[in-house]
Amino acid sequence: MTSGDEQKNAQKKDEQQRSAPAERVERAQEPTPAEETTQSDVRPAMREIAGNAGAVSAATIVPESVPVESSPASEKSSPVLVRAAYEHPFLIRITHWVNAISLFVMVTSGLRIFRAFPSFGPKIPQQDLIDIPKALTLGGWLGGALQWHFTFMWFFAGSGVLYLSYQVLSGHYRTVLFTPKDIPGVWPMARHYFLFGPKPPATGQYNPLQKLAYTSTVAFGVLSLLTGMVMYKPTQFSWLAFLFGGFHLTRVWHFLAMCGFLAFIPGHLIMVVLHGWANFFSMLSGWKREPEYQD
Amino acid sequence: MIKRLEEKELRRKSRRELLKLAPVAVLGVFAFPKLSDRLVTEGVAFSDWASGALFRREHLARTFANSEVVPFEKFPYNGYDVLDPEVDLEKWTLTVEGDVQKPGEYTLAQVQGLPKINQNTRHICVEGWDVIGAFGGTRISDFLKLVGANTSARFLEVECADDYYESIDMASVLHPQSLLCYEMYGQPLDRKHGAPLRLQMPTKLGYKQAKYLDTLRVTNVLKPGKTGYWEDQGYSWFGGL
Repeated sequence: MTSGDEQKNAQKKDEQQRSAPAERVERAQEPTPAEETTQSDVRPAMREIAGNAGAVSAATIVPESVPVESSPASEKSSPVLVRAAYEHPFLIRITHWVNAISLFVMVTSGLRIFRAFPSFGPKIPQQDLIDIPKALTLGGWLGGALQWHFTFMWFFAGSGVLYLSYQVLSGHYRTVLFTPKDIPGVWPMARHYFLFGPKPPATGQYNPLQKLAYTSTVAFGVLSLLTGMVMYKPTQFSWLAFLFGGFHLTRVWHFLAMCGFLAFIPGHLIMVVLHGWANFFSMLSGWKREPEYQD
Repeated sequence: MIKRLEEKELRRKSRRELLKLAPVAVLGVFAFPKLSDRLVTEGVAFSDWASGALFRREHLARTFANSEVVPFEKFPYNGYDVLDPEVDLEKWTLTVEGDVQKPGEYTLAQVQGLPKINQNTRHICVEGWDVIGAFGGTRISDFLKLVGANTSARFLEVECADDYYESIDMASVLHPQSLLCYEMYGQPLDRKHGAPLRLQMPTKLGYKQAKYLDTLRVTNVLKPGKTGYWEDQGYSWFGGL
């Protein structure tokens, strides 16, 4: 079939759909009682398609499974379509969750390790900065916390390296990487979230503020991994220690990277709650139902 | 890219993609303390293995100018039990055992008869602090040559007058900066710093630097649960930097 044919058929289909009254579609589907809730979930989506059909590229409306020849049978069973986008490929999802778990372990065990010497100064005289509550920590004591830290550092590093390799090699990074052209969009988005300003129109999978946040977490991850390597093996990675301004500053950078994560996580979680189930579920199934943005 | 899918199709695709994440649930085993205790011990063992593989005898720990060394008063004393196990310095000898051609008792004078190394290096504690100190002693590798040790054996075990004990991988033992240390800041080791002889290995964490040395043993086998005082409680055995 040529693309011209496809276009023509699609337009025909489009007209059929536009002219098809909603009840007719419902009748054709013959919902069983169990499916009824599903049907009512779908109806707004269908109405949107019927309404916007002119604006949306017609070719995309024809599902591949529908026969091109519009026989009376296929006319009757015009399928109800849902707008959906496969936003998160498998590798992104699995590394997201492995990383989320690892990050929880690394932060809580890391705080326990920090408790052993909560200072960035000399040992004598020792000046403690903060007293981290034990309840926020993992491992029970320094040795136990180090065991968790030295186990989950592999999951943390592994998921990070896998994530970055995938993003770069697949080109998928373009949806999320914060670039200079995103800068003008940051403030309107922040104003919307924090000062109840007008909501800027959604133009893609992520808005500029999201891109900034997610790109920052990658930077925190890289920073925490590299500084962690220096602290773990300062002699073997002495060249890296130089990069961070020496052994002492490396520990400060490691701590600041964690602060970065701690600044990101609450905001991230609040946004997940505010944006509802379909948004959250997309990080599990990959598929986002009814995305805000257009193609 | 936005697609239009039938409800059933979307649900089917979503379910299939969701199930692909099942492997993540394996990490749930860490939620069970009995299992996680064992797993994190294995995790540290794996990290130790990687650390050993990463270790290079040619990679020297950084050394410092005399002006960068902390004053002696600011070099912390650290002991696990007593700071002075009251070693009789007059009668003290070092017992050498195991896979060596000349086992027996060695005097401090014999150790000091070997070439002397002075180095200003960083002493790094597992807790997170560090101090730059001035150390003097003889290379462990030179001493092992003197006693005819089989340096292709895997470990050096040490026992101390305060009942502390340690074991170290041979590659780190043979590192050119690994010392049998008898001087700090140009003075004979004081009692609280481990007189008359201690380990000083800038490629290892502080808890590996056993003080008040009593016995050295060259061996291929470590007794499980007796690999080091802190290690037996959960610290990394390799403890390398």
